[in-house]
Amino acid sequence: MQELGSVGKRVPKLDAADKVTGRAVFIQDLAVPGMLYSKILRSKYPQARIVHIDTSKAKRLLGVRAVITAKDVPEVRFGLMKDQPALKGQKVRSYRDEIAAVAAIDPQIAEEAINLIEVEYEELPAVFDPFEAMKEDAPLVHEENESNILKIPWKLVEGDVDRARKNSAFVAEDRFDLTWVTHCCMGTEGVIADFDLRNNLTVYRNTQIPYLAQRDFNDALRAMGLKGSKSRVIKTAIAGGFGSKLDTYAFEYIAILLAYVTRKPVKIVQTREEEFRYTSTRQPAIVTIAQGCDQNGKLTFRDISMTLDNGAYTSWGATTPSVMMMPISSLYKVPNVRYEATCVYTNNTWSQAMRGYGNPQATFAIDSNLDQLALEANIDPMEFRLLNANEPGEITPQRFRITTCGLKECIREVGKRLEWEKRKKKAKIEGRGIGMASLIHVGGGARVYKSDGCGTIVKIDDFGTVSVFTGATDIGQGAETVIAQMVADEIGVLPEDVTIINNDTDVCPWDVGVHASRTTFVAGNSAIMAARKVKERILKISAGYVDRWKDKDGNRHEIRLDEDPENLTIRDRVVCSVTDPEIKVSLGKILRGAHYSQGGTMIMAEHFYDPDNENLNREFKGNLSKTYAYGTHGVELEVDRETGKVTILKYIAAHDVGRAINPMLLEGQIYGAAAMGTGYALTEQLILKEGKVMNPNFRDYKILTAKDVIPVEPVIVETMDQDGPYGAKGIGEPGCVPSAPAIANAIYDAIGVRIKSLPITPEKIVEALKGKK
Amino acid sequence: MKQVISFVLNGDQMELEVESHWTLLYLLREHLELTGTKPGCESGECGACTVLVNGKAINSCIFPAMEVNGATVITIEGLAKPSGELHPLQRAFVEHGGVQCGFCTPGMIMAAKGLLDENPNPTENEIRHALAGNICRCTGYVQIIEAVKAASQTASQQ
Repeated sequence: MQELGSVGKRVPKLDAADKVTGRAVFIQDLAVPGMLYSKILRSKYPQARIVHIDTSKAKRLLGVRAVITAKDVPEVRFGLMKDQPALKGQKVRSYRDEIAAVAAIDPQIAEEAINLIEVEYEELPAVFDPFEAMKEDAPLVHEENESNILKIPWKLVEGDVDRARKNSAFVAEDRFDLTWVTHCCMGTEGVIADFDLRNNLTVYRNTQIPYLAQRDFNDALRAMGLKGSKSRVIKTAIAGGFGSKLDTYAFEYIAILLAYVTRKPVKIVQTREEEFRYTSTRQPAIVTIAQGCDQNGKLTFRDISMTLDNGAYTSWGATTPSVMMMPISSLYKVPNVRYEATCVYTNNTWSQAMRGYGNPQATFAIDSNLDQLALEANIDPMEFRLLNANEPGEITPQRFRITTCGLKECIREVGKRLEWEKRKKKAKIEGRGIGMASLIHVGGGARVYKSDGCGTIVKIDDFGTVSVFTGATDIGQGAETVIAQMVADEIGVLPEDVTIINNDTDVCPWDVGVHASRTTFVAGNSAIMAARKVKERILKISAGYVDRWKDKDGNRHEIRLDEDPENLTIRDRVVCSVTDPEIKVSLGKILRGAHYSQGGTMIMAEHFYDPDNENLNREFKGNLSKTYAYGTHGVELEVDRETGKVTILKYIAAHDVGRAINPMLLEGQIYGAAAMGTGYALTEQLILKEGKVMNPNFRDYKILTAKDVIPVEPVIVETMDQDGPYGAKGIGEPGCVPSAPAIANAIYDAIGVRIKSLPITPEKIVEALKGKK
Repeated sequence: MKQVISFVLNGDQMELEVESHWTLLYLLREHLELTGTKPGCESGECGACTVLVNGKAINSCIFPAMEVNGATVITIEGLAKPSGELHPLQRAFVEHGGVQCGFCTPGMIMAAKGLLDENPNPTENEIRHALAGNICRCTGYVQIIEAVKAASQTASQQ
């Protein structure tokens, strides 16, 4: 066991001082000399053929440096299925489609030029409902595919669901609808692309995937015919990610194309309206679910099928079923599981990762339906969950190997704090209700790519200050700080001695990206292992070190460190004897000794950590993560029967986090995620009318404000995971997963109506109550 | 139309020429390179661009630059002392986890300063109302409100 210094303490974020003084540089704040500004012209129709584009007026506008359309530049295709070019030349398939782009000396001129571009369209029939889109005679979004159904057959089967269903004592079955919501990062997306004279590309970008983006950009350079050109990605401070920056987008390629054409740096920053209209959303889903249990309340089967509106093109949204499978197969113990999902092209917007990556959608259906089943079986919902809760040592139907698992403890903590048992016995207060829901999420990385790795280089110089070069990305969650804490403790210095360098693909080692709640676990382990190597090297050069000095009275002193590094350690910036901390030499002195000596050395080490988790196999089974995070949220709320208004009175968020590296940042993740989850449950909806976003602003897209703060009480359950860095698991996404079903269950408990589509608006509640009468 | 305006910005007397269509946010960021004030929506909905004009918190993205003529303006850059010592509100945001991605932070702190200057001991409800126009997607506001409370207590002890 390590001696713990800062791990477990409420260490303030390292970058907080820069952020509270306005010094942190976001993409909005960055300017490169000679930079041009770009604006993009998008489609006027949800589906149309482009007949003609006239850019002549735009080109003539003073201050315009370039206007490009598909005809003017090489085709750069991108996306998961490479099903779209950056600029659309023949056909548009959604209102998001990019038709032309302008580079000008300021954003106002660029905007003006965009308005001067004339496009002649031939409007085509469009389709906005995935069920309509599956019909034989539906308009095709991509004619070459001959069908709107994507060839991604998501299917997970374990056991015999049909037989289990026949033998179940109780079955509950229903349909749940999840609509579009969006990330609402406070700083919008943006990019600056810049070529040097050798056609090497530098991209400044607020991205979650610097190294995968670099690969995408290299592909684009090849497509542009620039063999041998390199790309470099430099990250600015990132104003929120939540999954939105997990892919590369057309606007990035457009900036690259314009930079190449103009030979100038080109900047594109989205306006808030563009951010609402053109950011890929959370994946919508229509879910049918059936679950059953035996006489004793043990779950017997879970049968789910989903239809996913893929929108016009394919990004990570289409792969969310791979993560939906996680709760479907492995939330609570259920022996027989069947899951199928169909992704369907429509002329709507298309989806991306968003905090939880499909998990919030699937868990809403599972845990809402679980309460329906509890009602059928006449079992208390908390007891029902405890009876079926996951446990350490379990191997789930998807072949997840559960190591540590604090689910039962989380359920009990929620029950205790909501006074569940007492309240269930007492007379009900009119309009008041309680409800709970749980979650499983990857907590030890997730092998969604061939690698789940992260590299770290640790270097320590003359004065004992440590530089950590990490592939990990900080999107505000505090990755820098927890990595600094762990490295400081591992080496024996203080977090303020550690500088994190994480913003440049030319400098920092590789990492797969900030996603899947993996950074603390994967980058943390990587950093710890590199730091450990550095410490070993320091101790090796410290062995036998003799420190001589004269005090102010002229007396000579000598300290001799042990010859055996095993007998030495580092504490609070000094190298000392394990047995006698008074036999010590300052770390800086030792390090200077290493540099200022014949045949000197430098102290630096690297480590690449890639957990031995598994890719899902062809049957979508395998141990996706090294460990799994669990949690339960419990809600007490009040519903006004007249207005349908829901007031949350109590919100308990219990999480098995393995180990809290920094409780203050951890609680910050839980508070923020629970607020986002509550918004998903009650207020948030990107409204699309025939493919067009109707509420592209914060007035009409309602995220929670300071007035709506919910009284979240985080409960941290520590299970000390054997594979986690200092025992920790991931916590970035879990906090927004069970909010919606917990709230829906509490609403049912309060007023006896079950709302099966999100968001649960007052209108839906009033309508449902009318129906009940 | 151009006009010469003079005003006090973070303690410095300024005199400069502005266009009639410029917003205060545009003047601050594009001409004075004070990029601490953030553009979150540029339509007065998110509060990221909040600054103080004559002590009152306003959305600089919809505030005409010409209207600061004769006024006193404080931006986030004007809070910490030249020595680097943070303002109590800034310190409280750091120490209480009120910062995550940090994009809403300058506006949030300026809105909180506007409140505390007028009402040094606000209730939680008053804090929530004062910050209602400042949107944050990361924190769920809990630690922000704690920070403002802590700053008001520090100030009242001094």
